[in-house]
Amino acid sequence: MEETMFIDPQRCIGCRACVAACRECATHKGYSMIFVDYIDRAETTATVPTVCMHCEEPTCALVCPADAIKVSDDGVVMSALKPRCLDCRNCVNACPFGVPKYNTEIHLQMKCDMCYDRSSTGLKPMCASVCPTGAISFGKYEQIVPLRRTKPVNVHVFGHQQVETKVYLMLPTNADEVRVEGMLTRTDESWIDTQVEHSDKSNEF
Amino acid sequence: MSRVEHLDQIVEEFGPHLHDAPHDGWRADRVIDRVVPTHCPYCAVQCGMNLLVEDDHVVGVEPRYDFPVNEGRLCPKGVTAYLQVHHPDRLLHPLIKRNGHFERASWDEALDLIVTKFKELQTNYGKDSIGVYSGSSLTTEKTYLMGKFARAGLGTRYVDYNGRLCMVSAAAGNNKAFGIDRAANAWSDIPLAEVLLIAGSNCAETFPVLNKFLWQQRDNGGRWIIVDPRETPTARQGDLHLQLKPGTDVALANGMLHVLIEENLIDQAFIDSRTNDWQATRALAARYSPDVAAQICGVPAQKIVDAALLYGRAKTAMVMHARGIEHHTNGVNNVLSYINLVLATGKIGAPGRGYGTITGQGNGQGGREHGQKADQLPGQRSILNPEHRRHVCQVWDLPEDELPQAGVSVVEMFTKMREGEIRGLLSICNNVMVSLPDINDVRRSLEDLEFYVCIDFFMSEGARYADVVLPGSAWSEDEGVTCNSEGRVVKINKANNPPGEARADWWIVQEIAHRMGREKYFGFNSPREIFEELRIASRGASADYYGMKWEKIEKNNGIFWPCPTEDHPGTPRLFEDRFYHPDGKAKFHAIEYNPPKEVPDEEFPLILTSGRVVYQYLSGNQTRRIGFLVEQCPEPYVEVHPETAVKLKINDGERVRVVSRRGEGVFPALVVKTIRPDTIFIPYHWGEQLAVNQLTNPALDPTSKIPEFKACAARIEKIHSRQLPILGRQRKGASASEVKKGS
Repeated sequence: MEETMFIDPQRCIGCRACVAACRECATHKGYSMIFVDYIDRAETTATVPTVCMHCEEPTCALVCPADAIKVSDDGVVMSALKPRCLDCRNCVNACPFGVPKYNTEIHLQMKCDMCYDRSSTGLKPMCASVCPTGAISFGKYEQIVPLRRTKPVNVHVFGHQQVETKVYLMLPTNADEVRVEGMLTRTDESWIDTQVEHSDKSNEF
Repeated sequence: MSRVEHLDQIVEEFGPHLHDAPHDGWRADRVIDRVVPTHCPYCAVQCGMNLLVEDDHVVGVEPRYDFPVNEGRLCPKGVTAYLQVHHPDRLLHPLIKRNGHFERASWDEALDLIVTKFKELQTNYGKDSIGVYSGSSLTTEKTYLMGKFARAGLGTRYVDYNGRLCMVSAAAGNNKAFGIDRAANAWSDIPLAEVLLIAGSNCAETFPVLNKFLWQQRDNGGRWIIVDPRETPTARQGDLHLQLKPGTDVALANGMLHVLIEENLIDQAFIDSRTNDWQATRALAARYSPDVAAQICGVPAQKIVDAALLYGRAKTAMVMHARGIEHHTNGVNNVLSYINLVLATGKIGAPGRGYGTITGQGNGQGGREHGQKADQLPGQRSILNPEHRRHVCQVWDLPEDELPQAGVSVVEMFTKMREGEIRGLLSICNNVMVSLPDINDVRRSLEDLEFYVCIDFFMSEGARYADVVLPGSAWSEDEGVTCNSEGRVVKINKANNPPGEARADWWIVQEIAHRMGREKYFGFNSPREIFEELRIASRGASADYYGMKWEKIEKNNGIFWPCPTEDHPGTPRLFEDRFYHPDGKAKFHAIEYNPPKEVPDEEFPLILTSGRVVYQYLSGNQTRRIGFLVEQCPEPYVEVHPETAVKLKINDGERVRVVSRRGEGVFPALVVKTIRPDTIFIPYHWGEQLAVNQLTNPALDPTSKIPEFKACAARIEKIHSRQLPILGRQRKGASASEVKKGS
């Protein structure tokens, strides 16, 4: 089986080394495609990184009127093709994970392509290379999963939409899928959560 | 007259300004000339990294997968470290302060002024009127040179280093218990331990890549016991979190020892054959039942029992600790009380069985080994020991009566500056106006100086007070070795030349010595020549580097000292057969609990503790200039438990005044359930009005002379401020004094 990413929120220490390292990737120098959330800083120090989950049926590609977002043979959802990208930002708004970003300077959608320039030459993506704890890991399923005491899950349910992804979330062993709607009840959040959202989560730059 | 008169102008010219890109911007079309394998400039994991060099400029970083400690991993400070090298705030030429303004000077002019002033002061007030304050982010070669410079160059007894604020309690505790000051095990032992007991270390944020080993241990089925007053990202991941009151570690450890004895989980054979002084410790522990301990440290008695059983029943286990237990007036005692657990269970000196201190600075270990500490000579030799003095004087070819006696710790040096005994100061690799406790007193000390010289590559908050600032080198501009927290000596390589007229630190210091007429002792042409002398100076001592060569260090991805001969492989694991006291045994210490110097009362009802965040490094002189890091954490805040917040009627994000007996500061409240209700926390990386060290207590541990950064009494006052925390695009910098320029 080909290599993919494994996101283990339990291990995340919120250091954002992944966010910093993403900027070093040659295909989007200076721009990070990753964000890290506090879950709820008032309650806990828990954090979670979000990279592109590389959906099997990517919403971003489905909503693209110009068919600018292509999927590689090994299932990596690529950034929009520059000649095709129409500037419409449908993908930025439609992605259930909030991943694609829009570069207002060059009028182009940009997103995590699992460091295709690196991974296609046998190197790990930047984020998975630097992550101190293995909260973001890159490798083959059969190499990584047996080492962990968590369960790989790649089914996400957003209301009526169910998404299967190439990237796995490592969750407690009783989890089969991630149901997002139950998590959307929180009304207020710590100012420090807002601070981070202002810095990493802006979906345009 | 070392004063700051035109702060705005100094900040305008020298920053900190935010900058967040390589020198010529983010470019993908580079032609990389060289890839330089080296190590991170920051913490003592000393992660390997590859610097990408184009046209004598460091333009990027690439993971160094082949270095076994981090295997490519880095924290956000490590990833962005290279952005400091060509930062617009770099000091590019010597500066002399005239009428309160820093003016550009030539090297000759600046050095001659320094030498004239130093000679004048020493003629009028004696050799000891000049103090030297160094640091442990320097390479070991430079730290060796700083000790030699003070003693053989200036002939002053007053030399100390910023490890005094960091590692000295651990060092003193280790020396007392084991007869040597080094972590007992390589980190490759961590995954082999069934249980880890981590006390006073938020290593997830302060030592991020150590977590690689912690999670390998977890993947193997291991468990963690975390001792910390806060539910840090480290504690959150632990199996058992003992959320004690700051400064009560002795009670907790004694309580655990009590349970170990009661449950017969001690290793009597080990105690009998390899240790001394058990009986007194045993008798003392008998008085610390879990209930007694629980009363003192505010942790449920059952949790103390659980922790003791978990640690005691494990076949393999390791104890690690850091500043949380060491930054106390009882710092050394805290260390010794945890070491008692290790010795009583005999869990040391074997695979997966051990003990380690988690160092702070990159070269925190190396920087305290080779003679820049007030009472120490190279190789961890003692300046008080006649034999040790003789050996070093022979190596230096210095008449024995010219070698000064022991000096005093840095906090005491600053007191002597106020008292007029020290009238001139040379500092390198530190930022006293952020990192020392009670900075209002530190300011008075600096202002009382007649002459202050600072060597740095950025204008730190401390350097602003200097009469002469000399532009030194960033870490990528020189080579040498550092010793990481495991005791592994690694090689830092040079990637680029210092910009402008900045020079390598060792050249600057040696040049001052030459002009003081002490050429005879300072004939080094390169850091390698310093290392060669250091090898000989450390020969036969406990921190023995004699068997090391730069090439051997690089070839082996680091060598663990002691390494006494050229064919010796180094010593990753200590204490397999013997400890380092003359009889080969370790020592127990019966430690009675004593509260911190200052405990809460009606006027100051809260315990204030300080620490770090993952985005900033120590005094922030490097990291508070890097846009990415500042964006993540632009200013300090005060963590307050919701119960306390309700009592004080303060809201999340509201700015409040925090007051102690020494000073006050205004910080936004971060209302979180992750801290004890009786405790508040402020990170310490900022200076001026944002410094928690306006409030902290300069009381010292009697042995290690470490200040009590981790516990003082404070109160919170509501100020009805409408100013919100710095958010979003308004975040221009880390403080009001840190204006943004050209970024």
